[in-house]
Amino acid sequence: MDIIGKRKIWMAMSTILIIIGIASLLTQGLNLGIDFLGGTIIEFEFEDRVEAHEINEILAEFDLEERSTVQQVEDNDVLIRTDELEQEELVNLQNRIQEEFPTATLLRTDVVGPTIGEELSRGALLSLLVAAVAIVIYISIRFEFKFAMAAIIALLHDVLIVVGAFSILGRQINQPLIAALLTIVGYSINDTIVIFDRIREKLNFASKKETFAESANQAVVETLPRSINTSITTLLPILAILFLGGTTIQNFMIALLVGMLAGTYSSIFVASPVLVEWDERSKAKA
Amino acid sequence: MTWKQKRKLRLASVLVILLLAAYFLYPLSESINLGLDLQGGTQVTLEAQDTEDTQVDDDAMRRSMSVIQNRVDEMGLAEPIVQREGERRILVALPGVEDPNQAIETIGRTAQLQFKNEEGEVLMTGEHLNDASAGHEAQFNQPIISFQLTGEGGRRFAEITRQNIGRRLGIYLDDELLTNPVINEEIPGGEGQITGFESIEEAQQIALMLRAGALPVPIEIIENRTVGPTLGATAVNQSIQAALIGLSLIILFMIFSYKLPGLVAAISLGIYSIIVLGILAGLNATLTLPGIGGLLLSIGMAVDANVIIFERIKYEYREGKGLKRAVNTGFKRAFKTILDSNVTTLITAAILAYFGTGIIRGFAITLSVGIIASMFTAIIVAKLIMDLVLDTKLVDNEKIFALSRR
Repeated sequence: MDIIGKRKIWMAMSTILIIIGIASLLTQGLNLGIDFLGGTIIEFEFEDRVEAHEINEILAEFDLEERSTVQQVEDNDVLIRTDELEQEELVNLQNRIQEEFPTATLLRTDVVGPTIGEELSRGALLSLLVAAVAIVIYISIRFEFKFAMAAIIALLHDVLIVVGAFSILGRQINQPLIAALLTIVGYSINDTIVIFDRIREKLNFASKKETFAESANQAVVETLPRSINTSITTLLPILAILFLGGTTIQNFMIALLVGMLAGTYSSIFVASPVLVEWDERSKAKA
Repeated sequence: MTWKQKRKLRLASVLVILLLAAYFLYPLSESINLGLDLQGGTQVTLEAQDTEDTQVDDDAMRRSMSVIQNRVDEMGLAEPIVQREGERRILVALPGVEDPNQAIETIGRTAQLQFKNEEGEVLMTGEHLNDASAGHEAQFNQPIISFQLTGEGGRRFAEITRQNIGRRLGIYLDDELLTNPVINEEIPGGEGQITGFESIEEAQQIALMLRAGALPVPIEIIENRTVGPTLGATAVNQSIQAALIGLSLIILFMIFSYKLPGLVAAISLGIYSIIVLGILAGLNATLTLPGIGGLLLSIGMAVDANVIIFERIKYEYREGKGLKRAVNTGFKRAFKTILDSNVTTLITAAILAYFGTGIIRGFAITLSVGIIASMFTAIIVAKLIMDLVLDTKLVDNEKIFALSRR
């Protein structure tokens, strides 16, 4: 199997995927939730089905109709998203709904101020940056700088794929997605390092005749069973939660699923090819 | 130290760690704190606001904290949290609170009681209050608050009432007039009653706030997350079910792929679960939904460590080493790989725990704990079990180990 030899193909595939994602980001952007933009989410459960327009009529009494979306979740659940409400407004709205529909059970309420969202974005970006720098330093010490750069490029690839996928799917982005993205960063780097570790070992024992690309390819192929088995064992719990874990955690798990797939792919088809490419170009210059 | 002594030492250390974990976990229903998203409850973030008269400073924040702590304590909840966040924020978590909206109002209200004369001058404030309780007034059965003043407050009150006989005394709560009675005579003894409440519940709520004291600065609610008990219970059940199914699938897959070593992995996975939960209980950490996600992810990583080791053993065996040599070299070579790959993930998790807030931090902490425990079980525990199995010499054929020379 010659994975490294066909690296131009893999890189082209990834580039196309990322370009599609970026195009979607530029045209339809991200569906940011209240965690980022601020606002209120109220979720009610009713004994019988309640239609969205019935809720909209109540929202109209509070002049909130135009700035709200009402969404039917599962059978008898209704999710209301609206502006950031003052405590008094919130209580009045909730009481009014419970008065109109006495069987209504309040499942959850989230009210988030706009400053919280700004801090969340800034905090997430900052932690991603700090994590990236720390990873570069660690890999440069344990391996070489070019390994660190290849790993970071693979990481960027995975993050872009997940963010692009969320843009294309139009799924909402909230706080847990940040946690998911950072998990993906952790997983992807973990997966990549295992292969790099084998490349490092191959290089130490390689005969003079073998090129860097040949050693790298051998390492990638030899670690292939592990790469596949590990992604299977990691995907099993993710799929289990995705299908059984309920709606609260679904977005989080979809992000993990896309990210794990991207992460496994990038460790094999992005990180090592980029590493070889980097190595050959720097040698060509010298 | 001989290899036998070494192994005894390792066996002992594994047993000690398991016992410690079991100690922290006992009894299970009380040892693991569930987050508000799992058990239901309310979490609010409050931000202190500057006013024309007062700037928010450290002293104002400390006094606000203690007032809010008092108010929360009076609610009689199991394990409420009042915590300072940054310069001017306070986080309040109220697990299992029955009426979240009322609780939020009780916490967030300034509750400044003022006694004013007819000219609108403030004569006295609620800081001289010693006690307050709600009840019904005898004549018309109206809801009232009976209050008792401190010694000095009582003397001041006597003086105020003596000087204002025949005039009205305005009693205000947060600049809202409650009642405006005419003073008939001097009131000595520092006791009095306030009327003007809509219901006995309102009187009780305000009495609670008066007992707890007024906030030195107004506060605003900038975040409110409330989860009803039904949603929380569903989430717990679904997560437990998903976790069990996920675990069983992993175990089946491992035994199918690696035979006996797969079984060893399954046993060490069980030990891993006990250790992780034990550490979480020992740290008094709170388990949230994303935290469960982090735990399941770390299970994936724990298994990954086993996969790396077993694949390495296969590789060494193919290179021509004997079974025991292959196992030993496999573990030794895989150690470096596992260390490097897990340390990079640990770095990310640690940064997340440091910079992240709320649920992100909860997730990062469970992930970090999971990674450390997974390294321990894969490298120490799995090796120990493997050695014990190999020593029995009952199982030395390559098929049981899913090994072949080709």
